[in-house]
Amino acid sequence: MNANLLASLVAIFAAGLVTIACRATPFLLFGSGRIPPFLDYLQRAMPPIVMTVLVFNSYKALFPQGPSWDFAVAPMAALSLVVPGAMAALLQFWKRNALLSIVGATALHMIMTRLG
Amino acid sequence: MTRSALFRFAFKTTIPVLLGYSTIGLAYGLLLATSGLPWWLAPLSSVVIYAGAAQFMSIPLLVGGAGVAEIAILTFLVNARHLVYGLSLIKPFGEAKRVRPYLVYALTDETYGLLTTVEAPEGASKTAFYGLVSALDQSYWVLGSLVGALAGSLVPPSWTAGMDFALTALFIVLLVEQIKSSPKAAPYLVAIAASVIALAIGGPDRLLVFAIVLAMAGMLALKPIIDRRDEKGTGG
Repeated sequence: MNANLLASLVAIFAAGLVTIACRATPFLLFGSGRIPPFLDYLQRAMPPIVMTVLVFNSYKALFPQGPSWDFAVAPMAALSLVVPGAMAALLQFWKRNALLSIVGATALHMIMTRLG
Repeated sequence: MTRSALFRFAFKTTIPVLLGYSTIGLAYGLLLATSGLPWWLAPLSSVVIYAGAAQFMSIPLLVGGAGVAEIAILTFLVNARHLVYGLSLIKPFGEAKRVRPYLVYALTDETYGLLTTVEAPEGASKTAFYGLVSALDQSYWVLGSLVGALAGSLVPPSWTAGMDFALTALFIVLLVEQIKSSPKAAPYLVAIAASVIALAIGGPDRLLVFAIVLAMAGMLALKPIIDRRDEKGTGG
């Protein structure tokens, strides 16, 4: 087994342990008690924060970055990210069918990147 | 209720997840195999990690040879929401006993959603229902990623280019659902501000971790103000 593959396996098992630890923590800590108020406040804010940052992170290529503040993508490539993303959001607000929103937006993105 | 009737009920309950997990699992397997990693890492990850966003996120990190610590920390940040999911299931899982470790391990966003919204049918064991829903959901994910990974090792990468946009679309869909169920603006605005600051200071590579930590700090700093507004009932 080469070193890269071994490192990947170790990383996957580490990620698995971290995931199980996250899922088990509330059962281990608060199986028989109340959670402290500041943690309750933070846990309610976490899903909005995480989702917003994940979406922002998907679109970071649109922002000028690096020491020269250059844009990472050409205008057409930027459009092929923004338009399908907007379509996914609108479809989801309107129909609330996650599969339709995801497959539709991904198909549009794949078409736009091939035409562009 | 007979066992086969309970199975049919559980299967019907999980059909939306079947559609979502099989396609997104497929996209995950495809992406992993076409990015140069051995195909069998996909089903392995789906058993060992079993967390969609973390698994997608791990692909470029594994390809780029990121360190174990970096992957562990990012997985923690992406999965930190699971720290609180269990809070609402402590009671329902109380009678599960032997099955409980599996239920806790398999508690994804979608399974959490089903278990907290769908009632077990009358006359059926709650534990059996929870176990069936959890196991069905995971089977869709594992099989989807397996099929995707096998297909990805056969199909030329140019065909699948752009398929990773499914993850962006998934996050957008989850964000829309989040806004619908939790419409107070403060955490979203704080998260956007934190993301911009993190990108400007830390650059694109450290954005995820930096922005989430910054946003948590921001929300804690704003707690007195938000608490006061909540008391007045004006919302945020």
